[in-house]
Amino acid sequence: MITIRYFASLREQLGKEQDQIDSADNMTALDAWNRANTGTKPPDNILVAINQSYARLDSPIGSGDEVAFFPPVTGG
Amino acid sequence: MSVLIKSAAYDPWQVLADFQQQRFGASAAYGATAVFTGTMRDFNEGDTVKAMTLEHYPGMTESQLEQLIDSAKSRWDVIDCLIVHRVGAINPAETIVVTAAWSAHRSAAFEACRFLIEELKHNAPFWKKETLGDDSERWVSENTPG
Repeated sequence: MITIRYFASLREQLGKEQDQIDSADNMTALDAWNRANTGTKPPDNILVAINQSYARLDSPIGSGDEVAFFPPVTGG
Repeated sequence: MSVLIKSAAYDPWQVLADFQQQRFGASAAYGATAVFTGTMRDFNEGDTVKAMTLEHYPGMTESQLEQLIDSAKSRWDVIDCLIVHRVGAINPAETIVVTAAWSAHRSAAFEACRFLIEELKHNAPFWKKETLGDDSERWVSENTPG
C-alpha cells in the first residue's frame, strides 16, 4: 500500500487530502499520481516528497511509502 | 530544541530570551547574535489582507528546518541556531517567523541567519492562504525575491 498526500491549493483543487493505492513493481511517484488521478496531469510546478524528503516525479517508490504532492512553498 | 512550530501568537523576543537563557545560561560563549523576524503585513500585491492561514506538512517541515540548521552549522562557525515558525490562523502584525544564529564573531551569525530565512522560504513546506478585505481568499503562489 502507498499513501499519497496532497497539500494547500493542490489539495483544494483535487478535493481530497490523500489517497491509498496498491503498490506495484518499478513504480515512480508519477505512476502513483496517474493511478490516483486518472486523466489529470500533475501541474508543471508541482513538488514531490517521498517519506517526507524532497524527490522527483521519476523517483522510485515502493510499498509502505508516503508520497506527497504540493505547490511551491510560500512560508517565512 | 532549535526548531519550534507555533500554532498560536507568540512574542519573538520572549522566545529568543527563553532560548538564549536555556541554551547558554550565564555562559559568554557567544559574542554575536543575529536575528531575523518576519511579521504578517496587512497588504500584499496591492490588496488589503486582513487574515491569513499557514498550512504546513507536519513532520517534513520540522525535518527540513532541522536540516537547514545542520547545514548552517556546517557552513559557518556558529554555536547554535533557532527557527520559530507560526502555523494556522494568523492576523496582521503577528510574527510569522524567527531565524537566529549565535556565533563568536558577527560575520558567521549574520550569514547563517540570512541563509536560514532564505532557505526556509525556498524549501520548508509551508503555504500561505490570504483572506482579503472583501473576504475572498487566495493562495500565495510564490515568495517575493527578497
